[in-house]
Amino acid sequence: MTMAHSEGPPLGLPPAPVPVDNPQTAAKIELGNKLFNDKRFSSTGEVSCANCHAVEKAFTDSPLVVSEGINKLTGTRNAPTVLNAVYMKTMFWDGRSPSLEDQALHPFVNPVEMGLKDHEPILAIVRSDPEYAKAFQSVFGKSGNAITMKEVTQAIAAFERTKVAANTPFDRWYFKGDESALTDAQKRGFEIFVNQGRCVSCHVVEQTQALFTDSKFHNVGVGINAIQKDVPALAKEYIRAQVAATEVDQKVLSDKKSSELGRFAVTRYFDELGAFKTPTLRNIALTAPYMHDGSLKTLRDVVVHYNNGGVTVAEDPVNDFLSGGIRPLALTDKEIDDLVAFMEALTSPEVAQLAKEAEKK
Amino acid sequence: MSDHRINRRDFLKCAGALAAASCLPVSTVELAFADPRENFTFAYISDAHLQLISGTKFVRNWDRGLIRAVAETNLLDPKPDFVVFGGDLAQLALKEELDHGAEMLSKLQVKVHHVMGEHDYYLDLGEYWSKLFGPQYYSWDHKGVHFVVLNSILTYDDWTFNRWPTAKQRMLEMAGLDNPNGSPFMVGEKQREWLRQDLSKVKKDTPLVVFSHSPIQKIYKGWNFWTEDAEEVQALLKPFSDVTVIYGHVHQIQYNQIGNISFHAVMATAWPWPYPQTYAQAEQYLPKLTVPMNRANPFFERDATGWQMIDIDSGRAAMNYNLYNNARRTVAFNPKTRQPEDKVFQDPERRIPPQTHF
Repeated sequence: MTMAHSEGPPLGLPPAPVPVDNPQTAAKIELGNKLFNDKRFSSTGEVSCANCHAVEKAFTDSPLVVSEGINKLTGTRNAPTVLNAVYMKTMFWDGRSPSLEDQALHPFVNPVEMGLKDHEPILAIVRSDPEYAKAFQSVFGKSGNAITMKEVTQAIAAFERTKVAANTPFDRWYFKGDESALTDAQKRGFEIFVNQGRCVSCHVVEQTQALFTDSKFHNVGVGINAIQKDVPALAKEYIRAQVAATEVDQKVLSDKKSSELGRFAVTRYFDELGAFKTPTLRNIALTAPYMHDGSLKTLRDVVVHYNNGGVTVAEDPVNDFLSGGIRPLALTDKEIDDLVAFMEALTSPEVAQLAKEAEKK
Repeated sequence: MSDHRINRRDFLKCAGALAAASCLPVSTVELAFADPRENFTFAYISDAHLQLISGTKFVRNWDRGLIRAVAETNLLDPKPDFVVFGGDLAQLALKEELDHGAEMLSKLQVKVHHVMGEHDYYLDLGEYWSKLFGPQYYSWDHKGVHFVVLNSILTYDDWTFNRWPTAKQRMLEMAGLDNPNGSPFMVGEKQREWLRQDLSKVKKDTPLVVFSHSPIQKIYKGWNFWTEDAEEVQALLKPFSDVTVIYGHVHQIQYNQIGNISFHAVMATAWPWPYPQTYAQAEQYLPKLTVPMNRANPFFERDATGWQMIDIDSGRAAMNYNLYNNARRTVAFNPKTRQPEDKVFQDPERRIPPQTHF
């Protein structure tokens, strides 16, 4: 995978943004890698960040529907990839965290993820373990009690910022003009992607780069459809601030119905009821199942859902809060196939290679 | 402000503050409960333009706008005291369209007061609308505020009764913008006389809120952002100390102060209108309006539409605009400058300059 700090960005992506107070260094990235994979930072000693963001699964836990934490406890959401997360303006499906640094704090102490009561056990390990002590001293010039979660999460974020992946067949075709990079079906699929399919309005492709996300939140008729009767009572809880901002992380991962409120649980704006962040489509073919709740098994299911105008079963009623951009698309079966073929052209060769090697094992 | 204007919100603010010295004396606060006026809110949904395609098929985009506004209004907590629907429920005043709208609005959990729009009227001159929603102009009192609904989209009798071979053509002519065959809206003499008599029973310091479909002020005649007898109606409102006029029709945020009268426009749930070119400060060379929509983002069908929650604070309105894909805005009466002002964007430094179009 490309190291953002030492090389230019891969074809199709802009330079990765790095916060001024957390510059990238090789030693910090290596420390972050170690922390990312350390299972001791969970109450059972069995779960690290990598459990749900596995390198060989394009940094997800595919094919799980929703993620599994300690003792096989499940949350409510499908693990989003770490790949290209550096470009996201907010973290988590509902954007409840503003940065990679902040995001890294929460799974450690969520009861259905890594299950720690607080961050103290992590600090105890990194302050006493000789390898960590040495690394924190050399990266941050800190030791003992001077090491805090700030340094821990900065190192993890620095590691995650290197996980950029592009240079896909699509990128070689679109940005380099390599006509042989895509099949005819994939090229037709792109035509649908930017026109009849209306996909590009949220999964953004620009002239010099393609993040395939607008970093915004939309109600696309997933999840919320099943809890429409519960919305008034649930919404009231959040409007009246009976669920404090600090409780949202635990609440939305433990309570399926609260989870479906999406971005509304964070901002409490009606405009964002049932709305979730647009995920990137890069490497999407490797990370089934799909959507924030993992409720759609294949890319074809996803396209059919959008083709129906925001419902998985064509005859079902759409939810009252559906985002304005979602409407029936009138795509033919062949056009749906082409669109799926196009999304299969968004896989980075090195990510696919890792997945292939893991399969052999 | 005199002491009788102390409202419940001020009381709560004071009750919550330990530093009693900065608050009002308790005896004055008790007056708040002697006063019949209390703070309250109501919601305002307008300009749904539900449009029949054929059979039972309606334009999906307009349907979704109203469905969403109704569903969100039902989530308001605390509940608004009532909802006003500001007119143009239908596109061409068809029974099917009005029935379709009435069905959607029946989901609202509080009472709905209706205002007549020209798109509800010019097919059968409001006959079916009145069957569904009642009188076309009326008034009521609520928590110390006098509310009036006017039918402001009438026009000259000659145009209405003598000019058009069919009712359908009359409807289509009035629905057009920049239409040389159109005719200016008006409240009319009969209704102004009714209003004069209605207001004669109301004390002059009673806050007055008037709902109309068209603005009771003259903005842009070509699009009927206009009421021909606006000055006559304003004259009837002039003796009152607190007057607010709230209107639909324009599908955009507008606010203005004329004498003692604050004017506020509401958003449509259907589509936005661009600001008419007469609003521009510099000369423009725009072609005649040919595209009926000017969205910032054409993909998001709800962009530049919305609905509003209105806070009646001491008899003056604070308009809270719920805008999709856009920053929410509040336009409220500023007692210091005595005019409505945007809470955030009023200061020229805070304004967002318009985009340059090529």
